[in-house]
Amino acid sequence: MIPGVKGVDERYGAAPFLTKTLRYVFPDHWSFLLGEIALYSFVVLVGTGIYLTLFFEPSLAETTYRGSYAPLHGFEMTEAYASALKLSFDVDAGLLMRQVHHWAANVFVVAIVLHLLRIFFTGAFRKPRDITYYVGLTLLMVALLEGFIGYSLLDDLLSGMGLAIAYGVAESVPVIGANLALLLWGGEYPGADAFISRLYIAHVLLLPVLIGTLIAIHLLLVSLTKHGQFRERGKTERNVTGTPMWPAYALRSIGLGLAVAAAIFALGGLIQINPIWLWGPFETGLSTNGAQPDWYMGWLIGALRLVPGFDVTIGDYTLIPNPFWGGVLFPGLVFAFLYAYPWLERRLRGDRDRHHLLDRPRDAPVRTATGMALLSLIALVLFFGAADRLYVQSGLPYDSQLWIFRGLLVVLPIAVFLLTRKVCLELRANELRPVLGETGDPSTRKPEEAG
Amino acid sequence: MPEYVRMLTSASPRSFGGRVAVALGLLLAAVLLVAGSSEAPAGAQVSADDRESGAALYASGCQSCHGVSGEGVSGVGPRIGSGATQGAGPPLLDVTPGTVHFYLSTGYMPLDDPRDVPKRSAPAYDPEEIEALVAYVASLGADRQPAEKLPTVDPESGSLSEGQEIFTESCAGCHQVVAEGGVIGEGVAPELRAATDQQIAEAVRAGPYLMPRFSEHQIDDDELDSLVAYVNYTQDPRDEGGWGIGHIGPIPEGLAAWLVAAIALVGVARLIGRRTGKEDS
Amino acid sequence: MSVLRAAWRWIVAFGALLIGRSGGRRPARVRTIPPPPESPAGTRAVIALLLLAALAFAGFGAGYLLDLGNTFLGCSLALGFGFAAAAAITAGKLIVPQEEIEEELGSHEHVDARAEVTAMVREGGEGMTRRGVIVAAGCAGCAAAAALALPAASLGPLLDENILRRSPWRSGRRLVDSKGEPIAADEIVVGTFLSAFPEGADPERLDSPVIVARVRPEELRLPPERSGWAPEGLLAYSKICTHAACAISLFDYPTFPPTQPAPRLVCPCHYSVFDAVGGGDVLAGPAGRPLPQLPLRIDAAGLLVAAGGYSGPPGPSWDGVRQS
Repeated sequence: MIPGVKGVDERYGAAPFLTKTLRYVFPDHWSFLLGEIALYSFVVLVGTGIYLTLFFEPSLAETTYRGSYAPLHGFEMTEAYASALKLSFDVDAGLLMRQVHHWAANVFVVAIVLHLLRIFFTGAFRKPRDITYYVGLTLLMVALLEGFIGYSLLDDLLSGMGLAIAYGVAESVPVIGANLALLLWGGEYPGADAFISRLYIAHVLLLPVLIGTLIAIHLLLVSLTKHGQFRERGKTERNVTGTPMWPAYALRSIGLGLAVAAAIFALGGLIQINPIWLWGPFETGLSTNGAQPDWYMGWLIGALRLVPGFDVTIGDYTLIPNPFWGGVLFPGLVFAFLYAYPWLERRLRGDRDRHHLLDRPRDAPVRTATGMALLSLIALVLFFGAADRLYVQSGLPYDSQLWIFRGLLVVLPIAVFLLTRKVCLELRANELRPVLGETGDPSTRKPEEAG
Repeated sequence: MPEYVRMLTSASPRSFGGRVAVALGLLLAAVLLVAGSSEAPAGAQVSADDRESGAALYASGCQSCHGVSGEGVSGVGPRIGSGATQGAGPPLLDVTPGTVHFYLSTGYMPLDDPRDVPKRSAPAYDPEEIEALVAYVASLGADRQPAEKLPTVDPESGSLSEGQEIFTESCAGCHQVVAEGGVIGEGVAPELRAATDQQIAEAVRAGPYLMPRFSEHQIDDDELDSLVAYVNYTQDPRDEGGWGIGHIGPIPEGLAAWLVAAIALVGVARLIGRRTGKEDS
Repeated sequence: MSVLRAAWRWIVAFGALLIGRSGGRRPARVRTIPPPPESPAGTRAVIALLLLAALAFAGFGAGYLLDLGNTFLGCSLALGFGFAAAAAITAGKLIVPQEEIEEELGSHEHVDARAEVTAMVREGGEGMTRRGVIVAAGCAGCAAAAALALPAASLGPLLDENILRRSPWRSGRRLVDSKGEPIAADEIVVGTFLSAFPEGADPERLDSPVIVARVRPEELRLPPERSGWAPEGLLAYSKICTHAACAISLFDYPTFPPTQPAPRLVCPCHYSVFDAVGGGDVLAGPAGRPLPQLPLRIDAAGLLVAAGGYSGPPGPSWDGVRQS
């Protein structure tokens, strides 16, 4: 008898619960591990982040740089930027921790997005997992904000430009914009000295706690509903089959967590990320060409650049300033659509059943086509965010790209929709052993599903 | 103009062969430049012979756009084909020798068509010819201003931090803060990897094409040394964190997150998410 | 002696086995999960991988103490985690029991319990659901929420958009460069630009920095009411883009106007293009409002001085700002 088991059971009567936990079933499919990659990235983020807080000084007080990076000697800068430089050059392993933290943030959002794609395209957002899906989407939004605030803290040239744009976007919200921006910043940009304290506490306490809580809720809901599974022999709507938690799955999952750490530390050791010493300190009147946000905010810079130049006005009076369209409305619509999609699909299909068996993408051609169309739209906007660098590298003029992308934004999602739907239908039609669709009964398939 | 240079400069840089040719041409030009400058320091005494050969070169390569005596041609004529001579270009009467040297040594001039955007390419003239042309163009405006020497730069005596400060304030808006180049609306500000010390200094003073120009009042000669020192530094900056991936920030970083981390980790997930002895059926 | 004791143990064990086999009192232990696969090679591999991981982590320690730099530190940790990952995955696939188990989900639904919960909530709440109580509770709740949310108004100036309209620029205020030195008009050549700030004001304010550029006077195309704003072709505009607050640090000045674009100011964030000689109108890009121009004059000492405030509110637009 393992002593711990006896002790826990004596006190809490937990033995049956432990049995259930050890026997918890994980269906075998690689795509079910994408969320875990995000989870382990978050663990790396928290670990390295705690280390960084021991050195970083969130202060806008001015200081003169005297550290060991010669090209910035004598620069007037804020304590925030100076302490980030010190962390990078004068703290042993400090640069590694900073780079690993930054890479982990990039990988965290990559993994969440991949996980979201898996959930969307397999219909895993349907009852009983719809609330799990909403929690996950919220996690994604909070993660974007957390990442943006994270790299905005350092007060280097790029971060200052990012915050300036954020200020412009906040100010562009109709009716409340001006007051919203003034409240958040504590005054007109660059804001009160307390602004960096607000960013800091949001980045190291409020948002991480929120993310941690949402992750806990997300996992709790997953364990209540169990994992979904793909249609295979022996898998039904009323069972779940796969590898038990103990011992095989636990070891594999630990292995995945260690692999995530290995990949991120390898990036942190080999590839330089956000070399703030090359950007220099920020001042309100400074900017650099080719400034970019981190990749997960790139769709917003793309959107801001794609919108034609106009403010909505009544005579001389501005009603809706331009950054609202790309910076608020566009991401708002994308997330609103993602939140609304489970409800939308329920309404359109009249399907209110619980679904435990997952669809393959081809089993739901309209959903798959819709998702691909949306994905192509966001990808286009994201890629346009890099159009200026593409111009410098390849010589394709920015103006031409602007019009090409605007055209593609109209055409490509529709083309992708039609093409994806056709491919799904073809794939299903050509299967030797067709797997039954949503309802499991060929006679009740809707015409569009039956092709 | 030697035939091989003409061939190199006219080759389209879009095609692979063209790029190789341009690269080779640049290399060759660099070698020639180095060889040439070691023999005769730029801005040295100019002989009458030079001015005469300069006149000949000017007549054949520059005159159609800049006028017979450097007075400029204001209107843009019809698009010129081979053999046609009508062009358009600014007067050269008050340009400095540095400006002329910049345009010729970077291959910005001569242009095939006056509406073309000048781009760095293999110089159309060898160093002696460039020297001759610089002297000739200077002589065109000799009655208006004393002939100046080419600017001399000494980046060794400059301060990197002063250079970075000036570069950030006056240059980064177009050339990007690590001098990787950038978009200026309808054109591109080039990355400065290929620029020589002297060309950087000349460009600062001349303001070629759409670039603003900066006088000694704004950036004095000592500051110019610092600026050149900083630009040289950006060609191989301190990459404390590993591979610098182009020093342009988040775009390559995002690509690495997707193409390296995501692919590797999905690979690991595929390895794990399959039970032993139960391969895909 | 020990040999004899060992032999006796073997005999006892064999006997116990025989009794167990023949249905004796103590039944053989029933396994809860299948036995692990025999994989000596797997076990060896896991041990080897774990030792390699230990070596790599020790390498990190050495690298840290010897200050071997970012790449060594990162790679040693990556190798440590990587070997450990390989060990865990190998163990999970080769040396522990492999099984596929099935769990019945059963019905999640408890129709009777639902009815019971509903009844309990209803009956228990009967006293509270009187209209007066609900209304009063609603009032108290809203008032509490409002009271507790109100301090958020202290975060910044509230309902005072005039903060966004004002600027430190006044007629007669000198322009200074980034070092705080006054700017002599005749030191600015045609075709150059520089950043300038109001003398004595905080240069970090959004409404402080201006971009000063010089063009040939004959190039100016300012609206008639601004005819005196650019003495000797010296122009000044707010340096902050009216689109999204980036600094406009990009001035295009043509060497040869007939074939090249007119002088322009460009924001390098979203590439809004403003007409430098025509009063800051938007020529291209997403900005929706002209760049505010600052009227200049040259004082008796030949220094640059503001001749008034901006032509419009500096900084990004908001709901309520005038367009021009």
